[in-house]
Amino acid sequence: MNFCIRLFIVSIFLLLAGCSGESGNWGWYVIDPSTKSGWINIKFLVGGFGATILVSLLAAFISIILGLIVALPSLSSSWILRSCNRIYVEFIRAIPLLPMLFWVFYGLPVILKSLGLQVEIDAFWGAVITLAVSDSAFTAEIYRAGIQSIAKGQREAAQTIGLSYFQSMRYVIFPQALRRILPPLANQFIYIVKMSAFASVIGMQELTRRANEIVVTEYRPLEIYTLLIFEYLVLVLLISFGVRWLEKKLGSNESNMN
Amino acid sequence: MGSVIEMKGVSKYFGSFKALNNVDLIVSKGEKVVVCGPSGSGKSTLVRCISRLEKHDEGTLEVLGSILTNDEKTSRAIKSKVSMVFQQFNLFPHLSVLDNLILGPTKALGLSRKDALDRAYMFLERVKIPEQADKKPGLLSGGQQQRVAIARALCLEPEIMLFDEPTSALDPEMIAEVLDVILDLAKEGMTMVVVTHEMGFARKAADRVIFMDEGEILEENIPTNFFKNPQTERSKLFLNQVLNH
Repeated sequence: MNFCIRLFIVSIFLLLAGCSGESGNWGWYVIDPSTKSGWINIKFLVGGFGATILVSLLAAFISIILGLIVALPSLSSSWILRSCNRIYVEFIRAIPLLPMLFWVFYGLPVILKSLGLQVEIDAFWGAVITLAVSDSAFTAEIYRAGIQSIAKGQREAAQTIGLSYFQSMRYVIFPQALRRILPPLANQFIYIVKMSAFASVIGMQELTRRANEIVVTEYRPLEIYTLLIFEYLVLVLLISFGVRWLEKKLGSNESNMN
Repeated sequence: MGSVIEMKGVSKYFGSFKALNNVDLIVSKGEKVVVCGPSGSGKSTLVRCISRLEKHDEGTLEVLGSILTNDEKTSRAIKSKVSMVFQQFNLFPHLSVLDNLILGPTKALGLSRKDALDRAYMFLERVKIPEQADKKPGLLSGGQQQRVAIARALCLEPEIMLFDEPTSALDPEMIAEVLDVILDLAKEGMTMVVVTHEMGFARKAADRVIFMDEGEILEENIPTNFFKNPQTERSKLFLNQVLNH
């Protein structure tokens, strides 16, 4: 641990030394806000935040809903419904993100066209659909585990006071499961933010794409990709703090749970 | 008085294990039946079949005039008329005591929130813990939790109350407060089937004691006879073990 901290301090020192611009290895001028071109570069790079955040939020939102819809059949007593869930989860989970992105972006319009639907899928929606569907297999598993972790007696008690299946889910099981589901769901959200970088490949103007474009014109990959890493770090830390806060809020409400 | 529960040749399997073996039982309106027997004898399965938490495999089971088959419709016909109290209370930990009580009446019976609250306060008085209304169940003692669970069951104004070992998870000093509440209910004429090891309660409250072993009803008797001269070797042995400690 001590070693890690020292390593961290040394690397920060090296970075700062690079900033002074004297050594030939670093060229922070490319993103030096005090120069005109550096300022323009920074504005361009940071301008990717909007797209990254929007894609991630939309994908996470869809995945949270889709995941629940996929998870519910897994809790059924019918084996047909359960296997529908299994097939979806196993199949989607097995597809690497990049091939799926290509398939959605280049392939899906062809299928839709052959069905007589003239739908354009641009880079933005291609990324949203891919991230959401790919992630939904994981969120579905998180829901399933969370719901199954609630004691059987809770469902039985709900049944004996006359609640229907959906009522007992809505008022008894889900509120309790939520607290257990939230931390892994936050993990998935972080995963989506990071995986949104793949959207750069199909030309979406998000953080990574913009970094690539500046690298190509300025030939300063080290500095620009370093900045890029810190951009993602900021996003992920923000999510972490947000989730901590939310957990605490839910936790204090239910601290009396046994 | 008509019968409210009629079981004829009811059997229930868990895999190849026969939990209930050809059980016949008739319970009349207002009757208090205590079910006892060693663990694994099928007592819990019996009440769980009546409450539809388990589905029986053979025989006929008639509750409040509806023959219960294994499709959802018949379960719904008796739902909220048959209430159940569990060994582990099964209160909803994320809801306050009051919200535990009004959930069934508002969502299942369609009562207004105000009517449900009136009812909830009334039954909390009955189980003698009105002051705990706004607490989460986790803050209450085991005895208090079980009384809340009884109040929650009563809030549906059921016609039959089933108790599945209501005092088995309680510390000894809390058993009495729960049994008192159940005794009060018994005096008011509620139809009850109580699975319990509390033989004192059986003596005081039961109209009839049923002794089960290995999924079968071995003996049905009025309490005084059951305790004085049990009719089977198995029940003699059981009573010896339960009463001599």
